[in-house]
Amino acid sequence: MPDQTLDAKGLNCPLPILKAKKALKDVPTGGTLEILATDPGAVKDFEAFCRTTGNELVESGEDAGTYRFLIRHTG
Amino acid sequence: MSETNAKTMSMIVTKGTLDWAYPPFILATTAAAMGLDVTMFFTFYGLGLLKKDLNLKVSTLGNPAMEMPMGGGHMAMPNIMAALPGMTGLTSNMMRDMIKKKGVASIEELRELAVEAEVKMIACQMTMDLFEYKREDMIDGPVLGGAASYIDVAQQSDINLYI
Repeated sequence: MPDQTLDAKGLNCPLPILKAKKALKDVPTGGTLEILATDPGAVKDFEAFCRTTGNELVESGEDAGTYRFLIRHTG
Repeated sequence: MSETNAKTMSMIVTKGTLDWAYPPFILATTAAAMGLDVTMFFTFYGLGLLKKDLNLKVSTLGNPAMEMPMGGGHMAMPNIMAALPGMTGLTSNMMRDMIKKKGVASIEELRELAVEAEVKMIACQMTMDLFEYKREDMIDGPVLGGAASYIDVAQQSDINLYI
């Protein structure tokens, strides 16, 4: 179970990233944040976001048009 | 400029239409979210983006590539249309409707997020004088400065953009 879930469905660039950054503040170090999104651009963007910020992208997947990302707060 | 080891980004914001307002605010907020120290220098028409009350417009004039999605296809918006009365208002409303429908943030929202993320903003003093803008008509936060202030920031920045 993720420590927190962020519903970013229906939001477009850059809102999923901006909201994820805010949500990560409330996730303890080592904890995980789950993000649900419908923006296809988010797939590459969360990879880049994690690479730059030092957070770990644990999972990235898609099911019926909804993208799901799991980020471990390590940055 | 930076007291930390964070990467830095600066940009010059020169345009104040609804469409041109997006790239600087999207990039500034995203860079800040990715841990960069960001400074925005607002000059000429870009300075209008710091007004408390925004009523941004988009014109077909000088935008020959503009087309709007319509009925599954796209309708071209030729330059000549800008000459028709009310056309700028119409294209501005169309753009705003699209923005809302597609889950794109408003400029007001992005600007607020930028302030919240401690993006530094410099309002060009010369442009304030030139266009007779009053400090009280602008949002709180930006400091007044000139070209030297920008250069000082830019020479220490990892990324410098002109938009």
